[in-house]
Amino acid sequence: MTESKRPNYIADAWLIIVLAILFGVALAGTQMALGGRIAQNKLNETVGLAHVLVPGAAEGKAEALMIKDQAGRDVRVFKTFDAEGKQIGWLVPASGQGFADKIEVVIGVDTQVTSITGIAVIDQKETPGLGDLITGEPFTSQYRGKSTSAALGVVKTGPGKDNEIIALTGATISSVAVTDIVNQQLAGVREALLAALAAEPKGN
Amino acid sequence: MSSDLTPMERFIRGVIPENPVYRQLLGLCPILAVTNGVATAMTMAGATAFVLICSNLLISSIRGLLKPHLRILVFTLTIATFVTIVDKALAAYLYSMSKALGPYIPLIIVNCLIIARCEMCASKSSLPHAFMDGLGNAVGFALALLSISTVRELLGAGTWFGIQILPQSAWPGWGVLVLPPGAFLTLGILLAIVEWYSKRKKTSAPETSTSTEASAA
Repeated sequence: MTESKRPNYIADAWLIIVLAILFGVALAGTQMALGGRIAQNKLNETVGLAHVLVPGAAEGKAEALMIKDQAGRDVRVFKTFDAEGKQIGWLVPASGQGFADKIEVVIGVDTQVTSITGIAVIDQKETPGLGDLITGEPFTSQYRGKSTSAALGVVKTGPGKDNEIIALTGATISSVAVTDIVNQQLAGVREALLAALAAEPKGN
Repeated sequence: MSSDLTPMERFIRGVIPENPVYRQLLGLCPILAVTNGVATAMTMAGATAFVLICSNLLISSIRGLLKPHLRILVFTLTIATFVTIVDKALAAYLYSMSKALGPYIPLIIVNCLIIARCEMCASKSSLPHAFMDGLGNAVGFALALLSISTVRELLGAGTWFGIQILPQSAWPGWGVLVLPPGAFLTLGILLAIVEWYSKRKKTSAPETSTSTEASAA
């Protein structure tokens, strides 16, 4: 009826509004102070893999390049260089759905995108003790040297053919997921990588 | 809860007699989720301590302004802010740890330990009380994380803080302890030991219980 009978929302909520504004400012400040560093950490993680994934690449030396894959999506790839500064390969980040959650992979390929020189799984939440072995050495080293001319397949028991990956025991879905991520990303970016290479001025 | 405790008494209560995990059974999600290694557990302990102490201080300093029906909202807002700050700080300065902990740092927001301390102590007590209460509970929580992660990492992987303690040749490593079921098994067994120990103490010698309980944990 009268004004005083109705709940006064502002009087009730002013503290929350003030706090929300203060906290918002604090969070914006945190983001501004730390955002660059966080982005740099993510970048370093990928670039730090250069000498692991591309044999002969100089450690920590890579140059970012934005390309568009066949579906028109932006992909940030990295050129890796040897000690003399000559490009000797690419790092291609890729991601896709795994058994539990998104799997993030970095794929190393040679300059002409003819073969995989290495892969690393940098983020995954697969089953501990089974699926999370996709990050480990016996699994990832299988990709090294595989040709990119045909899509890779997965078999449950070895020895696999040239273009086949032997799945981890008890983690077939995770193994297939990684292989699919690699296949799809390489198929998607190959043309763009070669185009970027052709556009490059000769003689470096 | 009695409000006539001194700040020091509040601190001590939080550490052992009312240990958040072994006594209050609060904050069990991180206890189960991140104790497969001592390093991750201690990072979680540090992050929780920061959020707990900061939230307690802030809530205590605005306790006169709190409206009873909106207090939970204020608690959640405060906790969420400090958790986000911790999450960003970890991503910036301890990147690998931040990745290892994954979603469990943001999930501190729903750690009932922190909201329980805001509700039971900070919203009713002065700043020194709230600070010591937060500190005590943070130390108690850290002790619980340390005890459980030590058992799990040592028996599960033979390492402690990533350092090989039990030689790989002599110790097969009970892999199940590092897996999620190991968290439940370890927590259950340690809880039982603490319970059994304190019961036995109560019946055999009714003197004041002191720091010896820590050795059971």
